[in-house]
Amino acid sequence: MTQISGSPLDENSYVLETRALRAYYRMKYFGIDREVRAVDGISMHVRKNEIYGIAGESSCGKTTFIKAIAAAIRPPLEIVAGHVNYNFINNDLYALPSKERSAIRWRHLSYILQGSMNVLNPVRRIHKTFEDFAFRHMHMGRSEFEQEVKRHLERLRLPAEILRAYPHELSGGMRQRVCIALATLCKPEFIIADEPTTALDVVVQKDVLAMIRETQSEFGSSMIFVTHDLAVHANITDRLGIMYAGRLVEEGRTADVFSNPMHPYTAHLIASLPRIGDIHPRNALTGSPPSLADPPKGCRFHPRCPLAMEICRHENPALTTLAEDHRVACFAASATVQPTSDEKPQHPEALETVR
Amino acid sequence: MTGPLLQLEGVSKTYRRGGLFGREEFRAVDNVSFRIEDNEPQVFTVIGESGSGKTTLARMILNMVRPTAGTIFFKGQDLASMRGARARRIFMKDVQPIFQNPFEAFNPLKRVDRYLLMTAKNFTPARSSAQLEAAADRALKKVGLSIGEVRGRFPHELSGGQLQRVAIARALIPGPSMIVADEPVSMVDASLRMSIVNLFRTLRDDLKVSIIYITHDLATAYYVSDRIIIMRKGEVVESGSARVVLENPQHSYSQLLKSAVLSPDPHGRGVLTGDSAASQQARASPHPQIDNLEPQVR
Repeated sequence: MTQISGSPLDENSYVLETRALRAYYRMKYFGIDREVRAVDGISMHVRKNEIYGIAGESSCGKTTFIKAIAAAIRPPLEIVAGHVNYNFINNDLYALPSKERSAIRWRHLSYILQGSMNVLNPVRRIHKTFEDFAFRHMHMGRSEFEQEVKRHLERLRLPAEILRAYPHELSGGMRQRVCIALATLCKPEFIIADEPTTALDVVVQKDVLAMIRETQSEFGSSMIFVTHDLAVHANITDRLGIMYAGRLVEEGRTADVFSNPMHPYTAHLIASLPRIGDIHPRNALTGSPPSLADPPKGCRFHPRCPLAMEICRHENPALTTLAEDHRVACFAASATVQPTSDEKPQHPEALETVR
Repeated sequence: MTGPLLQLEGVSKTYRRGGLFGREEFRAVDNVSFRIEDNEPQVFTVIGESGSGKTTLARMILNMVRPTAGTIFFKGQDLASMRGARARRIFMKDVQPIFQNPFEAFNPLKRVDRYLLMTAKNFTPARSSAQLEAAADRALKKVGLSIGEVRGRFPHELSGGQLQRVAIARALIPGPSMIVADEPVSMVDASLRMSIVNLFRTLRDDLKVSIIYITHDLATAYYVSDRIIIMRKGEVVESGSARVVLENPQHSYSQLLKSAVLSPDPHGRGVLTGDSAASQQARASPHPQIDNLEPQVR
């Protein structure tokens, strides 16, 4: 199968673009409406051949965001507003009929998930799982497909014997490697990785990360990589977006975000990372993340922010470009850095004040 | 009081698995010895990956599992000689646990404050409900919470970090001289991790509580601990002062562990593409075993 869209793919073209995306959980208990705004106005894009990291603590909306961009929406989760565009479909993902959407999944858009034991069917051998996931997308005969699977494993330097094994016979790291092989078999344009190494030990984690990086650069796929572990982001991602309470608060090249964090939340996260060889005391943030069912007015970080000003209590800061390829949503940061005047924001929606 | 607070002498634990046929023995902990002195409270860290016997060791120190060989002395008393509920209660007053996942440690159908009040009732002289609440509140204040924040709450109403702090507060109510914390931060978010690790420092310095901190995270271990042992497959491969061991590990396994720690300082793209000998080997066999690595590591 060839590419659906005809648009040329150069280094700077976007593979994924979301515009003012809002995904809410809407529930009705005993006649009382409850709305959890897990993703509230996220505008971002992922470029060709890059790993885009998303960091944030649990319940900040990371997983909901992934569900929204993969169109894996089930009630009570709803897309309230916004667009999700992939360049390989040249259209809004939600505008497609569901049949076309499922043809795109795994072929163009695949996932590496956290719990590899839950992804692999425990009562089927690995080669059957490969068939279940990818056979219908490859459009080839069965023996040809088996050859292709073996070639793919060889390319990823995995032994072919694992195809005969059941998931429980493999170690956790090996299972996660199988999941990566599974997700990259169709050479998808876009891969979503949700905490792929969180359950692994340090030694295994490093190898699995190296494998993800190698595979991604070999196939030129783009990737969204979600984890709360900033050390992992520092080592694998090209660009990094920091999420807080359903919103993107900072985004930039990973090295820039680490060396020059502009949002106070990012600055805190990075300053609090323990490093071997440094016993300088780290301060922890006071308070806890806000409930998404009833977020604070204005900037959602202001109750915990050391730099909070009067305006933060009433108005929500827009994500503004403050340096090259570096966007920040913070009034205090915007006051100190003058945005380069001639640089136009890439999307007018990016500057739209959300609520 | 003189003498060690806790002393382990050649402690081993062997599990048998399999049924009638093909029974095999599995050494979870193999000949571990160390001691923690009574007069200097410290954070004693046990490092190892999954399957290295860390949790079995913790359970033996808590006297939940009997060692197959060797003896554990707590304040001079052999844990194996402990008999009866009364002796157990006296021991628990001194040694308290904190577990990995606070959402699993607390029953989701019980209110959180109930755990605190029950612990106060069992281990302190307080009897009236006002006294019990006061005891709970004193412990919660030490971890930066108050009884008002947890009264009547169910576990799902608190965040993971709050719940883990409640678990620590509960462990503090009896006034223990030692806390055994089994992977207390691995389920907690990065931003809250430091608040818990900082709390351990405060407990050691202000309350003179010794902490056995079990983890696989070398960076927080370096940050908080005084002494350290590194375990692999039940054996202690390296031990000593935490800073000395982690700055300059001697054993090949400790070096492998240290080299696998991801530094948060960004190196940009390509830092992970280098394929180490270890990963080559791990991929060559369907069952990667760390113990095969020895000849290849420095």
